[in-house]
Amino acid sequence: MNKTRQLCTFVLEGQTFGIHVDCVLEVIRSLPLTHVPLAPEAVCGLINLRGQIVTAIDLRRRLELGPLKEGKTARMNIIIRTSEGPLCFPIDEVGDVVDVEERLFEPVPETMTGTARKLIDSVCKLPGTLLLVLKGDFAELAGI
Amino acid sequence: MNELLNEFLVESYENMDQYEGSLIELEKDPTSKKLVSAIFRTLHTVKGTCGFLGLSRLEAIAHAGENLLSLVRDGVVSFNQAIASALLATGDAVRAILAQLEKTETEGDVDYSELVALLVSLQKPVSEGAGAVNVEESAKPAKAAPVEAKAVPAEAKAAPAKAPVKLAPAAKAPTAEPEPKVVKAPVEAPMEMSAAKVQPTASTASTAKSPEGDSPSGSKASDSTVRVNVELLDRLMNLVGELVLTRNQIVQLTGSLESVPMQAACHRLNHITTELQDRMMKTRVQPIDALWSKLPRTVRDLAQLCGKQIRLETEGAETELDRTVIEAIKDPMTHLLRNSVDHGVESPEERKAAGKNPEGRILLRAFHAAGLVTIEIIDDGGGIKVERVKARALERNLITPEKAATMSQQEVVNLIFQAGFSTAEKVSNISGRGVGMDVVKTQIEKIGGMVDMSTEVGKSTTCRIKIPLTLAIIPVVIVGCRGDRFAIPQTNLLEVIRLDKNLMVETVHETPVVRLRGNLLPIVFLDSVLAIKTGEREETQHLVVLQAGDRHFGLVVDTIHEAEEIVVKPLGRALTAVSCFAGATILGDGHVALILDIFGLGSRASMFQSTRAANALEEEVKAQGVGTGALLNELLVFHVGGIRAAMPLDMVSRLEEFGGEQIEEAAGRQVIQYGGSIMPLISLSRALGFEESKPVDGRVQTIVYARNGRAVGLVIDGVEEIVRGNIEVQPAGRRSGVLGSAVIGKQITELIDAQDLVRTHASDLFE
Repeated sequence: MNKTRQLCTFVLEGQTFGIHVDCVLEVIRSLPLTHVPLAPEAVCGLINLRGQIVTAIDLRRRLELGPLKEGKTARMNIIIRTSEGPLCFPIDEVGDVVDVEERLFEPVPETMTGTARKLIDSVCKLPGTLLLVLKGDFAELAGI
Repeated sequence: MNELLNEFLVESYENMDQYEGSLIELEKDPTSKKLVSAIFRTLHTVKGTCGFLGLSRLEAIAHAGENLLSLVRDGVVSFNQAIASALLATGDAVRAILAQLEKTETEGDVDYSELVALLVSLQKPVSEGAGAVNVEESAKPAKAAPVEAKAVPAEAKAAPAKAPVKLAPAAKAPTAEPEPKVVKAPVEAPMEMSAAKVQPTASTASTAKSPEGDSPSGSKASDSTVRVNVELLDRLMNLVGELVLTRNQIVQLTGSLESVPMQAACHRLNHITTELQDRMMKTRVQPIDALWSKLPRTVRDLAQLCGKQIRLETEGAETELDRTVIEAIKDPMTHLLRNSVDHGVESPEERKAAGKNPEGRILLRAFHAAGLVTIEIIDDGGGIKVERVKARALERNLITPEKAATMSQQEVVNLIFQAGFSTAEKVSNISGRGVGMDVVKTQIEKIGGMVDMSTEVGKSTTCRIKIPLTLAIIPVVIVGCRGDRFAIPQTNLLEVIRLDKNLMVETVHETPVVRLRGNLLPIVFLDSVLAIKTGEREETQHLVVLQAGDRHFGLVVDTIHEAEEIVVKPLGRALTAVSCFAGATILGDGHVALILDIFGLGSRASMFQSTRAANALEEEVKAQGVGTGALLNELLVFHVGGIRAAMPLDMVSRLEEFGGEQIEEAAGRQVIQYGGSIMPLISLSRALGFEESKPVDGRVQTIVYARNGRAVGLVIDGVEEIVRGNIEVQPAGRRSGVLGSAVIGKQITELIDAQDLVRTHASDLFE
């Protein structure tokens, strides 16, 4: 049998992303977000995760996907584990957990530019769609 | 790390604390058999476990110390100062190895053979320190009946020239039954010393026999307590906090229900949650003794260094405080105590001349009062000489002569807490690293505490610290600003006033102020400081009068919500760079609110450019009509490349410390990630023509110099102090990066021209 990796997938601005399941602490419904003035631009606020205050990172901005459309709000939050404590990403939709064979992974195309390149670990060729696999690195994700 | 090793470390650190404490006590009461036995036991425990873990170096030291102790306990050698010092040094060595173990999991390769040799040499009963009496005493067991002979083999081997050697083998056999618990400890482990083989066996056996040896008190404590990871406690705290919120919601929801059993269950839930929260808070407190137990050693060492005799007494050591508060007052407390030893208590001669007991006394007292913990440090020394303080403050331009004439004694004494008062001439090895009392004050104020001094000339000086019980829960006032809510700590809050026709914002040279009871109060708009642009300002606004250290300012907000007690939670790493917030909290409705850091907020609004002291200085300068050039107001003094150097404080943006591993290489120079951008590093040492600085403990100290939005880190060896006052600069020959030299604190100090340096070494960045 071929070696596989388990990825948790989610959708942001029509694009499917994946992150290793080991990094994911939980997926929850959107929580009220407290705005933090003067914060680095990647930080979109703070949430109360059962008494623990978790920084929410705006993945749209980090991945240069453009701002959320007027009047729309992120419906789900995905909480991931990093070396510096948990981080929260507001996302549009959460997908399945998929088992992907190692051979389907490919490095990021050389021609990809921008900050997205630093965040994306590899590309996964799924039938009908390309899955972008995120790194679980705190500094890159938080943009500091 | 290996769990066994980790446990050993935690336990050994604790043991060493106890070891030290008991030794200091033993010095006061050298005849106490109980104390000697206690010390012996702690060291023995450490040694025992070493064998398990194969830590031969540590074992050798512990073993040598143990041998000496066993002789002391058996009265063969009498306890004296030399022994005390050697045993304390043993403790230090053990600690050093433990620290090394913690870092690298190896014992390191520091050579302690000298210490071991010293410990061995002290085992000879007839040393210079011991008088004739000791000889007699030590001779006694030698002649005594076989029952007492257990002491003999040890002595016999240590001093092989002595007669009773022949007794040794006979004595060994019957008594050499080691304690069951330490059986596995290889007492016969690799030891170069020839005496090693017999001694440990004999001494172990005697521990078991001595009445205190098998006292169960030590093991009992560990039966009823469990070590819990602090992180786990914090998590539990969080969950309890959430439970309280949920409880509130449920209580509210069931209030409208008719169901009696439901109401009853709710009532119970209410009670249990409250009690749970209460108990949970208790898990975070520690008796202040956790800090105090380390102080006798400091006092002893210092007193010896200054040639003083000082007795440290404590009262109220059981007073409980939050762990974090204890951690926060550790440095200021130690500093104040050092001060008392160094400057407070006089030398024995002086004390005798003044008709006092040559032995000085410092009393530490702690008690709860008015929701705060008061800690007093009282010495019975000569007191603070008010006139000298006044003269020095005048000399340093901290006060004006007119003011000096009207100040009360109490006010004058408290001048020593002013920045810039710390006197370089007094900075000895003892009173620390050049940090003044102003640092002590800031450290205490940072946690919402107060400190003040009072003195009775010729009799005593009392330093009184008042601190909150906990940092985790603080009283705040919640304010609203453009729809967001913020918490303002009540310790910083003076009053809240509504802005209306009677109290209007005016401007002085574009700086907004209000007239508050005849005084001008500078004000800051919260939304503009925080650059909040969303939401609307309310029509009526409120002014919150705040205090940060010595300065007052007003903060304009929209609404004032309620006063609350909140649980402070840290902000994540992504937000630590934002200096305006001290943390965050969860409000009653489950929303997150940010806690304002008043100091950070004020400095962001550049309120604090001018302290009162600086104002006074300015006036002084104007009055004297001193020209420019030769005068520099505030200097940061540091050392680099083996010299003392200084730089005007206004050229320093920040002082930062980095781990050596954070330094990266880019574009052919060393850089570091700093505040979201890349900051180049310049080795100041090399720029001045010295050898490159070596990081101390893997840490790199830098002065951040910023101009035109670009920052450069100047790597230095270490910061010494900040001095303020008139400093004469003598122009030096033309040297790149050096303005000239000056005498600061009686030492020649080079003045660094940062602008010039940066121009030469990073010209590309500042064009």
